Amino acid sequence: MTETNGAQVLRAAGLRKEFGELVAVDDVSFEIPPGQSLAIVGESGSGKTTIARMIVGLERPTHGTITVCGHDRSRPARSTRDRRRRGREVQIVFQDPYTSLDPRQSAEDTIDEVLRLHHGWPADRRRARTAELVDLVGLDTRQSRALPRSLSGGQRQRVAIARALAAEPAVLILDESVAALDVSIQAQVLNLLADIRDETHVSYVLISHDLAVVRQLTDEAIVLHRGKMVERGRTARVLDHPQHPYTQRLRASVPRPGWKPSRRDQPGGGEGNSVP
Amino acid sequence: MSTGIPTAIDAPRFRALTSVRATGLIGIVSAAVVAAATFVAVFGPLLAPYDPNLPNLSLAWIGPTGGHLLGFDVQGRDVLSRLLVGAQTSMLGPLVVVLVSMISGVLFAVVAAWRRGTADAVISSGLDILFAFPGILLAVLATAVFGAGLLAAAIALSLAYMPYVARVLRGAAFRERSQPYVAALEVQGASATSICLRHLIPNMLPLIVAQATILFGYAMVDLAAISFLGLGVQPPRADWGVMISENQTGIVQGYPLPALAAGVCIVAVVIAVNVLGERLFERAQAARG
Amino acid sequence: MSDPATIAALESPGAAASAPLLEISGLSVMLEVNGTKRPVLRDVSLTVRPGEAVGLVGESGSGKTMTARAIDRLLPRGAEVQGSIRFGGSEVGALSGAGLRQYRNQVAMIFQDPRAHTNPVRRIGDFMTEALRTNLAVPAAEARRRAVDMLTQVGIDDGERRLRQYPHQMSGGMLQRIMIAAALLTKPRLLLADEPTTALDVTTQAEVMAILDDLRRGFGLAMLFITHDLELAAAICDRTAVMYAGQVVEVRTSALLHSDPLHPYTAALAAARPDITQTAHRLRAIPGRPLSAFEAPPGECAFAPRCPHAKDVCRTAVPGLVNLDGGMSRCARAHELRSHLGDAPHD
Repeated sequence: MTETNGAQVLRAAGLRKEFGELVAVDDVSFEIPPGQSLAIVGESGSGKTTIARMIVGLERPTHGTITVCGHDRSRPARSTRDRRRRGREVQIVFQDPYTSLDPRQSAEDTIDEVLRLHHGWPADRRRARTAELVDLVGLDTRQSRALPRSLSGGQRQRVAIARALAAEPAVLILDESVAALDVSIQAQVLNLLADIRDETHVSYVLISHDLAVVRQLTDEAIVLHRGKMVERGRTARVLDHPQHPYTQRLRASVPRPGWKPSRRDQPGGGEGNSVP
Repeated sequence: MSTGIPTAIDAPRFRALTSVRATGLIGIVSAAVVAAATFVAVFGPLLAPYDPNLPNLSLAWIGPTGGHLLGFDVQGRDVLSRLLVGAQTSMLGPLVVVLVSMISGVLFAVVAAWRRGTADAVISSGLDILFAFPGILLAVLATAVFGAGLLAAAIALSLAYMPYVARVLRGAAFRERSQPYVAALEVQGASATSICLRHLIPNMLPLIVAQATILFGYAMVDLAAISFLGLGVQPPRADWGVMISENQTGIVQGYPLPALAAGVCIVAVVIAVNVLGERLFERAQAARG
Repeated sequence: MSDPATIAALESPGAAASAPLLEISGLSVMLEVNGTKRPVLRDVSLTVRPGEAVGLVGESGSGKTMTARAIDRLLPRGAEVQGSIRFGGSEVGALSGAGLRQYRNQVAMIFQDPRAHTNPVRRIGDFMTEALRTNLAVPAAEARRRAVDMLTQVGIDDGERRLRQYPHQMSGGMLQRIMIAAALLTKPRLLLADEPTTALDVTTQAEVMAILDDLRRGFGLAMLFITHDLELAAAICDRTAVMYAGQVVEVRTSALLHSDPLHPYTAALAAARPDITQTAHRLRAIPGRPLSAFEAPPGECAFAPRCPHAKDVCRTAVPGLVNLDGGMSRCARAHELRSHLGDAPHD
């Protein structure tokens, strides 16, 4: 496990991202202490995916800083060694299981490639570690040798998780990683993520619009609306006693037993949408 | 002579035959034709029963007799021998064109897709400029620079085809480049080169294979046309395109066999290569799942 | 070939007030995949009464979307259909020509992705009024007036301006509202909503659901609401049917779905969802994965391999649907397990 030099595993300060005229992220700051997990909650256009991409280095912040394990990563990596080191600090699991794996590569080969990238190990050590990781994510040998097209969505996500863990990151970003899965599979993967966290002490950054999933997996949460952070706090508090009107509206929109949607545009709408 | 430069999108589909067995048979026949043509291209000079270059005007235009299965051509040379030896330049030329244009086309497409932005704009504009030159014009220019012969024609055609290859592949390259699995590899810290060589290009393989085989067919026809015009392979060298050119007067005089035989060879190889290319395309698609 | 009598039967609204509007019985569908025939629906039976909203809930492979397609006669080529689908007393499979067009006016479909089902180069107005103008011979000006009216009903006030716009100028939520308005214009008797809010943000979803519910009740329409979200279906549907591996496994009054389910799969599905009000140490995940009809083990209950309550009786035959407490269950042990499946399932 990568050493955490400072007190915080991940710190973002004053993050801002502009795409031409559009301000996708406007002055967002948050920290994650070691062993904790953070949820970034928002709907489309909130900027949550942009923040995830900035943390892993797929986008460059217009302003602000991101520090992981004490190393600043606000500017692009200057060397291959630097890029690889950053890869060992933060990893990501994407939303769509059907496009986040190379269709021509089996799970074994995918994991092996990552291991070769980060370690100068001989083949048998890599094989052993690959087998460990495959086992950790709950796949069997046959599945690890199969091509993605023979695997279900849930199985593909497990492969994506194994690939991310092969780099032994301190932070794992889950960008709506369970949103595309069936309910019963989602439960399995959420349990798996909890097990992995217990075993590896990785910190999750969960990007999600699904508040129930957020509750299950995270300690702290920040709520984004149109690029701005409108609320933050302990996940339980934010969901049970939302302070900001947008958070309240978000909370009230979640279907649950006994919930009835009501229209905001009509006068007199609103009998079912209060927070229980 | 082809006027339009082909792209994979224009590929003729040979699905006319409905039964599975028939299409399987066609695939086998095509593979056999291509294998035979390749074999002949390599061993042609050893297989030729007679000297393909020795003229004997007293034998001109004599039809199939004795050991001369296809008779004699305009200069009294054995047609079969000339076909066998001519396979060399007729097959080699298109092969060189395909290799050069495909490799450079893939390179430009992948670089443009990977770096996007300015690099893509510059590459695309450069290719557009090259687009403007028809193959024949480039052949004339190349001949002026390198002298008449197969090399000049092959270079000219490679330059003419390259922008089309790059344009077609650029779309596929962009599509693969924006897939999350590429992003995942970038986040891992893999280098651009290794991602492009190990992941991007292999996933474009179906399209690359399809484009390469179509290009081979058109290159063969285009090179034959260029030789026919006198710019490519120079007579008296044996070459299928040259043979059509040399023997064309025979068609109206009632001795069509020499020209026709060369034409049939070209057509047979082009069709066979296209069919084979389609099979390879399907195979490559299946590997992706 | 449709005869005038069939068309007349479809048109007269009061003809069968208490009889089911949509009646699916014993529907089995086989599709051809890569040369082999595979079952996708097995013996599906379902009824929707006039003015009633029925939810159809299932995971991947359950057959819920295929059921909607079968109802709307949109099955792929080469599909083998057995059993019957009756709408207003007439067999849907036998309709053609004018009868089929008439049927399609009466059954309006709302799809998951509105962008995929709108022509990007045509204006909203053209798209909305098309069915009115071509099928119902309504003059253009009148059709536009009705369209603007309906847009107001779905909460879009500047209807005239919107009619002149193109789909790409609208957000997903707005486009879906327009689709709902368009569906209601032909005064259908049944709405088929196939995951209409799955692609929307959760706040937009709540809004669109409310509009759908409001208008449906206002117009007295029946609705079949297809979704993977059990709570969502229960929110606006009177009854909910749960599908698994190409079969209906439970039909229940929505209010009782969580407190008193009749089938172990329904209970397991509800229990597998994380709770927004508390963090569980681990979720109650169902082992294995959802099966399609063709993957289901033959001659036994499709859910048995994953069911915590499975016994030998479950593996001897495919269970039939039994009536129970006003609902239906396809569980061989339905009577035994009664009231053991509620909010805290245990064996």
